[in-house]
Amino acid sequence: MSQPVASAIPAPTAAPVYQEINYLNADRGVASWLKTLDHKRIGVMYFASVLMTFLLGGIFAMIVRFELTTPEPTFIGANTYNRMFTLHGMVMVFLFMIPAIPGVFGNFCLPLMLGAKDVAFPRLNLMSLYVYWIGSAIVLTGVITGGADSGWTFYAPYSTSTPMTLFPVLLGVFVLGFSSILTGLNFIVTVHTLRAPGITWMKMPLFVWAIYATSIIQVLATPVIGLTTLLVGIEKVGGFGFFDPGRGGDPVLMQHLFWFYSHPAVYIMVLPAMGVMSEIVAAFARKNIFGYKMIAYSSLGIAFVGFFAWGHHMFVSGQSSFDGGGFAVISMLVGVFTAIKVFNWVGTLYRGAILVTAPFIYLCGFLFFIVFGGMTGIALATISPDVHWHDTYFVVAHFHFIMVGAVIMAFLAAIHYWFPKMFGKTYNEGWAMVAAAFIVLGFNATFIPQFLAGNAGMPRRYYMYPERFTGLNVASTMGSTLLAFGFVMILIYLIFALLRGRIAGENPWHSKGYEWRTSSPPIKENFAETLEYPEEPHTYREPGEEPEHVII
Amino acid sequence: MSSSDASAHGGGHGDAHGGNPHLAHHFDSMATQNHASRLGMWLFLGTEVLLFAGLFLGYSVYRHFYHEAFRAASHHLSLTLGTINTVVLITSSFTVAMAYYSVKKGNSKAAAGLLTFTILCAVAFLCIKGVEYNEKFQEGALPGKWFHFHEMQGYPGANMFYTVYFLTTGLHAFHVIVGMAVLIWVLRRTIRGDFDKNYYIPVELGGLYWHLVDLVWIFLFPLLYLI
Amino acid sequence: MNDIMRSILWLPEQASTFAKKVDQLHYFIFTVTMASSLLVGLAAVVFFFKYRERRARQSTPIVEPSVRFELTVIAIPLIFFLAWFVQGFRDFVWYTTPPRNTMDVYVMGKKWMWKFAYPDGPNAIGTLHVPSDRPVRLLLTSRDVIHSFYVPDFRVKMDALPGRYTELWFEATKPGRYQILCAEYCGTWHSQMWGEVVVMPPAEFDDWMTQQKAGLLSDRVDTGGDDGPGFHGTLVEYGKRVAMAQGCLKCHSLTGEPHIGPTWLDLYRRRETLETGETIIADEGYLTDSMIDPRAKIVKGYKPVMPTYRGRLTAPDAAALVEFIKSLRSQNLENVPSKEAVYEPARR
Repeated sequence: MSQPVASAIPAPTAAPVYQEINYLNADRGVASWLKTLDHKRIGVMYFASVLMTFLLGGIFAMIVRFELTTPEPTFIGANTYNRMFTLHGMVMVFLFMIPAIPGVFGNFCLPLMLGAKDVAFPRLNLMSLYVYWIGSAIVLTGVITGGADSGWTFYAPYSTSTPMTLFPVLLGVFVLGFSSILTGLNFIVTVHTLRAPGITWMKMPLFVWAIYATSIIQVLATPVIGLTTLLVGIEKVGGFGFFDPGRGGDPVLMQHLFWFYSHPAVYIMVLPAMGVMSEIVAAFARKNIFGYKMIAYSSLGIAFVGFFAWGHHMFVSGQSSFDGGGFAVISMLVGVFTAIKVFNWVGTLYRGAILVTAPFIYLCGFLFFIVFGGMTGIALATISPDVHWHDTYFVVAHFHFIMVGAVIMAFLAAIHYWFPKMFGKTYNEGWAMVAAAFIVLGFNATFIPQFLAGNAGMPRRYYMYPERFTGLNVASTMGSTLLAFGFVMILIYLIFALLRGRIAGENPWHSKGYEWRTSSPPIKENFAETLEYPEEPHTYREPGEEPEHVII
Repeated sequence: MSSSDASAHGGGHGDAHGGNPHLAHHFDSMATQNHASRLGMWLFLGTEVLLFAGLFLGYSVYRHFYHEAFRAASHHLSLTLGTINTVVLITSSFTVAMAYYSVKKGNSKAAAGLLTFTILCAVAFLCIKGVEYNEKFQEGALPGKWFHFHEMQGYPGANMFYTVYFLTTGLHAFHVIVGMAVLIWVLRRTIRGDFDKNYYIPVELGGLYWHLVDLVWIFLFPLLYLI
Repeated sequence: MNDIMRSILWLPEQASTFAKKVDQLHYFIFTVTMASSLLVGLAAVVFFFKYRERRARQSTPIVEPSVRFELTVIAIPLIFFLAWFVQGFRDFVWYTTPPRNTMDVYVMGKKWMWKFAYPDGPNAIGTLHVPSDRPVRLLLTSRDVIHSFYVPDFRVKMDALPGRYTELWFEATKPGRYQILCAEYCGTWHSQMWGEVVVMPPAEFDDWMTQQKAGLLSDRVDTGGDDGPGFHGTLVEYGKRVAMAQGCLKCHSLTGEPHIGPTWLDLYRRRETLETGETIIADEGYLTDSMIDPRAKIVKGYKPVMPTYRGRLTAPDAAALVEFIKSLRSQNLENVPSKEAVYEPARR
């Protein structure tokens, strides 16, 4: 069977074309969406789902911040507050952060970036979406029927002895773990077996490398949190005493099991974000990525070394100082991998042709936040200062710098970058830049005061606090309203763009990423013809000309 | 482009790929597709290993704290029943491997017989486990707050042994049940004649899963019964 | 300099010897982070202007790093990170190694208060009196869930675990009052589980302690033990009561005679050889472990007949017994030649 082969260099563009029959309308009816095997539709359904869970987690966050505007009880009671921060953490981590970038953009872009027609196991892909919905529904049932108050970390023996019903939330988290495992498994096999001829490992887009590394973590680490939720649940319901010192159990063992997953989990959250950033910086500086191999290998490095660093959450848990030292030095190594990436991303700008757009602004924000979030992580890993900072707002600020500052900047950048590909329409760049400014400024205003509050000694999970922390808390709450405003703005203009946006055409950014070499929106089968891949992605040169090679 | 709905098995457009109805539309050949299936199953087995690893960690930690209790408690377990169970599982692994070998040679009838035998072994395993559990309920050798086994009262941490015992063997038994369900499904398809010399990958994958279930027991048995 | 940095960073008072150490390292990390971020940021801004797109769909060169560049870029952060690790780890080991001459206080966290007990002094809820310029060691445990004892002004923190003792030591440098906060979520009033450390100049502290013990002060702080019928007395006296009530003295003598179990006289910090051949020091950890799991480490020459007291001794009971054992010191002063090198002063 012969098919026409497209040349690697696209023809000069005429007016942008909207692909009339595409994956969105190829099959009609709700049933066709619910039974789809198309990775793109699954990605879109994940997108709608995570937007809703992000909204829910955000509402919990705003309730927490409003309560904290005064050192006394402000408008909710202590038990309600404790549930609010617990649910904010659980919903954000398990229902949003873990599935977001892999579920939405991993699903949508991975096959396109590999020249494939779908992921390796399309039915497992659909199943992972269903399991995500079921797990989320169980967690939401838990939220409605009283909710959990143990903190998202649900340490024993508090979690096993609290009168609040933790069980539905734990069960929900357990079920969600399967969704994560199935997604990761699918992506690993896709990368190994479905690369188009011409796309070797060293020519894969860096987003694929990032998703691959993430998937390894998902597959290996998630079972351990499954076990932990199972054990805590059984103990709560059955009185087994696995972690109960009164029956000979060890509560610190629970911490080890919990963090063995939860530390690599943060890399599940941040690696895809880094992958997105590699794509964005190359596309908007119109340049090959500086140090492709190092970025690819450092992703694997983070995934591997990240498995051995979990004890840095437990420096003052009573574990030995020898263990503490081991975990600390390993955490430093992970920091080095991140530093390499930052230098390489900035290096990509050198001799580039930078186009300032909303994704690029998010890239700038991302770089700022990952440097400070990362460095405060290194500072925490230096153990002796962590004695003061552990379980204070310093840690809260650190992880929000990475999770909101870095990951959500990347998520927003990804949305704006790939929106034209996914939906065939463009959004209003002016509004996007205004919203980006609100987000970046609002974010700083929210979380920088929290670093200072942590330095000053304000512990986490505090419903009431000593008066001297009031100013910082008020500042943080004000910042959070700016941040929330930015998110609402984005939602509005994106919906507008979906309904009434201008036609984007196949490649409005003129990006040389592989996923742009098909119509916008893509047809159901992804590619109308078999493509050749003679060059690395993001090689920007004049047609017919040999590119200039520079070595630094 | 033709539409493709979710079909019951591997399914796809037979015509577009010239013949093999099992070849999915996004794979270029059965060889790649089978390789992908195997890789996927091995990754899944990896997740199961990690799941049990946490429990083995718990076992080592508590054995370290309460080595007297653990040593004494293992003598109270029925070595006979445990050994029989081990033999039963190892045999079942052998028969499932033989079933795979048969179906690969095109002998579905033999495969069906061997698969049936494997499933019966699983049932036997569960029955024997049931007998052991029943003994424990009678003796009061139970986890956590249910523990009232007089013979082990003098040992601090004795209840912990039974907590670990029930958690590990319980989770393992659950996996035996899941494995049985998988094998029953494979058996159905074998009887229906779905498999032949060219297509037998579900038997292979089901067998792999069963081997894992067996392997976990091979580690559990010495740790709980022998030392 | 120290004060400028401290106020920029919103750090509280430095009221302990550890605080000063840790703040130095903090400033070092902070300064290097700020400086390097500024440099990287500046580079990005320069590139941003110099290399902006001049025409649509402009092409660009392919720029690759050399191996030397990559290694440099890896080495620089790595060297800083490792340097910080080394200093941080040394400080941490210092923090987790109490000196020999500490004044010990038993601390028990429970929802939602801190209880303090001095070995030969009063008990208190919520307020911990300590002398300045003397090392103090806290032996922490919890009655229910995990709590964490945190004094921001001292920069010290340690989790208080149920069923176990953890330790934290500090040396306060400035008399004053410093807040204690719970730093591990423990339920409804976690955010109200506060306390206060009252640091007094050494002489004043000694006076206070004497008066407390004599019961002369009208505001004698005494909680009377934990939840039980009020016991007014020192931990040592309480420990003796527990020892008699629980039957310990049936097997352990107080006179130096080995009986069914080793004698308690001079037991504390005695070097004992176990039946496995290993040598241990009978410190607080060993003594408490022996009450809970007596068959784990049997002293050579004794039979493993001691029953376990798990569930029969509360945490305060165990602490009291340990203090009682510690108080049993004989007047054995022997004149033995030193086994180690002896310092001979130089003769003039």
